[in-house]
Amino acid sequence: MSDNLLEAIGVSKSFPGVKALSNVNLQLGRGEIHGLMGENGAGKSTLIKAITGVYPRDNGQILLDGVEIHPTSPLDAEALGISTVFQEVNLLNNLSVAENLAIGRQPTKKTGTLDWKKMNEDARRILQKFEIDIDVTELLGNYSIAIQQMVAIARALELDSKLLILDEPTSSLNLDEVEKLFKQMRRLKEEGHSIIFVTHFLDQVFEITDKITVLRNGEYVGLFNTADMTKMDLVSKLMGKEIDELHEFEKLSKEQKHKEHQEVLLETEKLGKNGYMAPIDIDIAKGDIVGLGGLLGSGRTEIAKMLFGLVHTDNGGLKIKGIHSKIRSPKQALMNQLALCPEDRKEESIIPDLSVKENIILALQVKQGWFKPLSAKKKEEIAQKYIDLLNIKTPSSEQAIKNLSGGNQQKVIVARWLATNPNVLIVDEPTRGIDVGAKTEIQKLLLKLSGEGMGVLFISSEIEEVVRCSNKVYILQDRKVVNELHDDQINEQQIMHAIAAKGDS
Amino acid sequence: MDKTKKPLPSIVWPLAALGLILLFNLIFTDGFFSITIKNGHLFGSLIDILKRCSPTMIMAVAMTYVIATSGIDISIGSILAISGSVAALLVWGGNTSYLSAGADVQPAALFFIIVVPLLVSMVLGAFNGLMVSVVGLQPFIATLILMVAGRGMAQLLTGGKVLNFSHKGFEFVGRGYLLGIPFPFIIAVLVIALAALLTKLTPMGLYIQAVGGNKTASHYSGINTRMVIFLVYIFSGFCAGIAGLILTSDITGADAGFMGLYMELDAILAVVIGGTAMSGGKYNLKGTIVGVLIIQSLTTTILTRGVPPEYTLLVKAVVVLAVLIIQSKRTSDFIEKTTAKVSKAGAA
Ligand SMILES: Nc1ncnc2c1ncn2[C@@H]1O[C@H](COP(=O)(O)OP(=O)(O)OP(=O)(O)O)[C@@H](O)[C@H]1O
Ligand SMILES: [Mg+2]
Repeated sequence: MSDNLLEAIGVSKSFPGVKALSNVNLQLGRGEIHGLMGENGAGKSTLIKAITGVYPRDNGQILLDGVEIHPTSPLDAEALGISTVFQEVNLLNNLSVAENLAIGRQPTKKTGTLDWKKMNEDARRILQKFEIDIDVTELLGNYSIAIQQMVAIARALELDSKLLILDEPTSSLNLDEVEKLFKQMRRLKEEGHSIIFVTHFLDQVFEITDKITVLRNGEYVGLFNTADMTKMDLVSKLMGKEIDELHEFEKLSKEQKHKEHQEVLLETEKLGKNGYMAPIDIDIAKGDIVGLGGLLGSGRTEIAKMLFGLVHTDNGGLKIKGIHSKIRSPKQALMNQLALCPEDRKEESIIPDLSVKENIILALQVKQGWFKPLSAKKKEEIAQKYIDLLNIKTPSSEQAIKNLSGGNQQKVIVARWLATNPNVLIVDEPTRGIDVGAKTEIQKLLLKLSGEGMGVLFISSEIEEVVRCSNKVYILQDRKVVNELHDDQINEQQIMHAIAAKGDS
Repeated sequence: MDKTKKPLPSIVWPLAALGLILLFNLIFTDGFFSITIKNGHLFGSLIDILKRCSPTMIMAVAMTYVIATSGIDISIGSILAISGSVAALLVWGGNTSYLSAGADVQPAALFFIIVVPLLVSMVLGAFNGLMVSVVGLQPFIATLILMVAGRGMAQLLTGGKVLNFSHKGFEFVGRGYLLGIPFPFIIAVLVIALAALLTKLTPMGLYIQAVGGNKTASHYSGINTRMVIFLVYIFSGFCAGIAGLILTSDITGADAGFMGLYMELDAILAVVIGGTAMSGGKYNLKGTIVGVLIIQSLTTTILTRGVPPEYTLLVKAVVVLAVLIIQSKRTSDFIEKTTAKVSKAGAA
């Protein structure tokens, strides 16, 4: 038996106009948790897809237990002992949670019919490991992305494969859930399984992995022992240059935070909806970056949806620049100079077959109206502007967005809403799946825009990010705004404390 | 190895299929390509194909947009019949007892003979649109209602009879020639131009593809998705109405029971052959046009070769199937995988 469980040697893969992988290596030991790292578009997901047979590789060898393998589909790979959670979770939203967990290994009764009772019991037992207590007969699509992601992970873990591959499994999870996942990963490791783990969170890599393989621009940079590396080492390996960006950033954000009294752009008066969100009173002034803090399901996304006319409120109202306004649809929100970059990339944002350009200009075109079509030249200008500004990695603006890497798709969506040039920009998890460097860039950009007078409502499950950018934070619990923190009060401990505090009323 | 692969444009396969059919005729059918001029009109098999494909072409153009919104409209055959029946009725001045001897017939003005059927067709299209966008029925079911009920309505209109007529002005629509070119084909070209203008000069084309690709995301982006879907079905009704006028005028009569029967299937086939996915999203109007030409030249070929008509459908089915198989994603994946393996084996 060879020393390594999995070995990739000189693997290459091209797509039209893109060399996604060239000569990439990977060595994965037994009982090892291996971080696969790289910037957006570096080729991580492509390598995983080549290993699991989603795409055939152009060149190179992939050895499992020293034997070359040629899986032709993920199912085929599962049979070889490789189970995978892909970046774009491919579960079926129109089936129940239990059905999703049972796909491919449904329990049957003696008569050969499906044993529903056992299936639902199994599902509850599987999710119990992650302390998830939900109705497993409910459709998967009705749950949050975090739950969907956990279900996908639980499903893959349950297959008990010798190799588990997790492509950005933690992008929508909060700290608690990440800990639960890590507990399971450590258990698997102890049992001798190996895991490939992709993430853009440096803390997580250093907490859980033993070794790290770094890719850059589709090329192999190297294999490293996690213990021998510092965060700065890793960041410079990822970006291919020495940087002191993080420190630079600290300064920038602190300077910008102190602002005098400014015109209020958006203000709610007891805005709420029965059974959805308790009446809220929040305001966003010119130059504000207002953060929302709270646990999963505390009502952050709900506020965004109410403001943007996606949900019809039945209580109170809102004022735009001091004028009472009714917002009953996203179109009206747009016309009132609002923008919402939504939380769920796949469901709520990307139009897969349309080009990067069309995806970027979509909301702007809607705002312009039916009779003012953007000229071809204008469209190209805008697309190029954001491709450069956000450093979107794509062979051209004509590329279908579905062919971009996950993080680059996210940048396109951010661009779509920036392009509408709103007065108030609501961003719901804008940096999900975005690499360290680009994340800093986007945060800087938001600070710059707010400096120019835009109001921003910033929703993120990364408290660190909220702390860095916001000058005001509303704390949410159980779909209620329970507290409000200002400038100097904003730090991680305070926010954590406020989120966990028991209401005193 | 630094080169990256170039994909073939999707129009290549339908064009190749059309080329093959024409090539077959070039070799085996005498005079297939000859075009003569009689009384200032062009004649020949090719001209015949262009004329005959026009009604399907017009409906397939609209069907392309319907399918791109991830919908389908199977009621167009029946709408066509209603449009034709209304036109025939108007030619008879609305006098259904036309067969009673000596009835005094006063045809409606040509303007109304043309416009009223089109308005009726658009109303029917609007009904489909409402059912799909507001009521939220599955497009197949929603348009199935009119497919069935519509034909019944057409038969009621004509009193269950074949409504023959003669009307110099109206006959021009289906039988006339302009600059030597069959008038129906000119109408088809105009419809294509209209569609292209509407989708290119307004954001409609973008919205249709956005709605078909991801309706939720389109809604979040501010698109009035209901309106887009609604308009697309109205356009589909409108096009079916035009096709109805052409066919009725061409045969100088309305046969409510059989006019346009199964034509929705030809339209759908043309769209799919043309490379627009039934799941919606990106559409390919040029592909649809080639698709219609494939279907019609195939039919004409079969007829001119003297193949017994019983085989027509069978041969058609086989060719269509072949085109679809070549185009399918699975086939292209298969080709990619095998070539990858072969080149790997070659390198080893
Ligand atoms: N199906 C495809 N067609 C064309 N290009 C593709 C396709 N899949 C990936 N690519 C390209 O290959 C490159 C690598 O993409 P990949 O998804 O592997 O990146 P990644 O490292 O996973 O990035 P991220 O962190 O954003 O998920 C990107 O430039 C992407 O645009
Ligand atoms: Mg990826």
